[in-house]
Amino acid sequence: MKTLLVAEFREGKLRAEYTQLIAFAQQQQAEAIMFLVGAGDELPRFNGTLYLADVAKYGEYNPTVHKQLLLDVIAKEQPAQIVFLHSSYGWDLAPRIAVALKAAQIAEVIAIEDGLPVVPVCNAKLRRKIKATTPQTVLTLQAGAFGMDEEPAGTPTLVTVDTNVSGKVQCTGYEAAKLEGVDLTKVEVIVSAGRGVGKPENVAMVQALAKALGGEYGASRPVVDAGWVEHNRQVGTTGNTVTPRLYVACGISGAIQHLAGMKKSDFIVAINTDKDAPIGEVANVLVVADLKQFLPVLTEKLNAR
Amino acid sequence: MNILICIKQVPDMESKFKINGEGNWYDRTDLAWRMNEYDEYAVEQAVRLKEQVKEADLTVLCIGPDQVTETMKKALAMGCDRGVHIADAESYKREPIEIASMIAGFAKDKHFDIIFTGMQSQDRGSAQVGVMVAELLGIPAVTTIVDFSYDNGTIQIKRELEGGSKALVTATTPVVLTCQLGLNTPRYPTLPNIMKAKKKELLTMAPDTGGIVPRQETAAFYFPEKKGGGIVLEGDVPELADKLIQILKEKTGVLA
Repeated sequence: MKTLLVAEFREGKLRAEYTQLIAFAQQQQAEAIMFLVGAGDELPRFNGTLYLADVAKYGEYNPTVHKQLLLDVIAKEQPAQIVFLHSSYGWDLAPRIAVALKAAQIAEVIAIEDGLPVVPVCNAKLRRKIKATTPQTVLTLQAGAFGMDEEPAGTPTLVTVDTNVSGKVQCTGYEAAKLEGVDLTKVEVIVSAGRGVGKPENVAMVQALAKALGGEYGASRPVVDAGWVEHNRQVGTTGNTVTPRLYVACGISGAIQHLAGMKKSDFIVAINTDKDAPIGEVANVLVVADLKQFLPVLTEKLNAR
Repeated sequence: MNILICIKQVPDMESKFKINGEGNWYDRTDLAWRMNEYDEYAVEQAVRLKEQVKEADLTVLCIGPDQVTETMKKALAMGCDRGVHIADAESYKREPIEIASMIAGFAKDKHFDIIFTGMQSQDRGSAQVGVMVAELLGIPAVTTIVDFSYDNGTIQIKRELEGGSKALVTATTPVVLTCQLGLNTPRYPTLPNIMKAKKKELLTMAPDTGGIVPRQETAAFYFPEKKGGGIVLEGDVPELADKLIQILKEKTGVLA
């Protein structure tokens, strides 16, 4: 099955996640070709045809133009699948391609089972397996769902692509992530607060446990969005990706974006009232308890040691 | 300005879900319903824009069975001027392109300057509908916005990217904007505004997907297999704490 992989380029660099696209194609034993709006000095390691458009000309985020460049390649190659990452680039561009091709789009694919893509539903509490009924399919892959065991190798055969279409939306620059304060990626123990803490005052319980364990506190996105914990302590795809020796998730249900940022921790403890919460999928120990009762007792016992 | 806000009613994600009789979606009975969280940010941004420019008309659109009008009333109480309910009891089965076609069909001759919606729904989570609406209408779309400002027809946006950095984007009207969590702080409707909302216009329309042929079907719908590996501790709080400390001593080096 001919598969067109759409790699990404940001802030002057090829995004390393392109290897997940190759891993997907290898798993499907698909004949893969690649598309990138990028630069010749930052090429993916890939044995196959790479359709390359010049990022200096066409910008890193310019949806109308990238769509046209991609549609021209699709018209020429007629791939059965067009595969993106489910990322800020992929979920922005993929629906535009699906509309233009009148193709089924299947978003945030986590696996292929019996030849069909599987996607999460309701915060990953449920799964849906989908059968496309169109000749071409547009897929976006969940971050980290497809991985390679080895470093990719190879040199692509370049084909340059151009267009004279212009876009109405302009990307004028980037604002860097705020990095001051604690760096959770370098901490050995992290205790994180989730929506289950209920109110800002209860964050103190999480901080106290972090201190008792000699670590730092973090938080999931809703807690940061609510302003209860500062953004540099956010764990997840749009915050920090962490790998401490111990990660304690307090009242965190386990949204995919959070799991992606902490599931590689050495040891994971989850404290949650909901036994079925998706965090249980990655936890080594799930303590079924109300954190408001459990945390003070645990902290006291640890401090008394 | 003429502004459209597209919202969805979704179940509380903490709910105990069951699979429906057709085996293609969750069972809709015995669930608590609320406005899709991402759409709350969309409604709030539209209301703030109206407060800024004064002359603006806010239409909130929602597709679904009659019960979705409860969620629409919240949007009206937050400050939307009128509601359009596309009454469709089958909406839960519809794929993103069908939903987008209904919205585009409604919007195509209304000359909306900005269409705000959530970047995705909490239940289906396709992140497709907003962009597809823009493509069907032939206007630009910017997704995943976490900052918005408007000045005399020019819109400055920040898009959220992976790893916490943001892209600075400039757009002009007409445009579709899909809102990410944290864009603003959605307001709670006040009691007087809840009362006022009851008198606001709420138009009901029949669903029309404009002849879109379905492009996909649900082959299976199921709960993920429990991986099992983890230990589940239940019981009395002090005992739980002792057990956990014991495990941490044995399995991790952090209590050494």
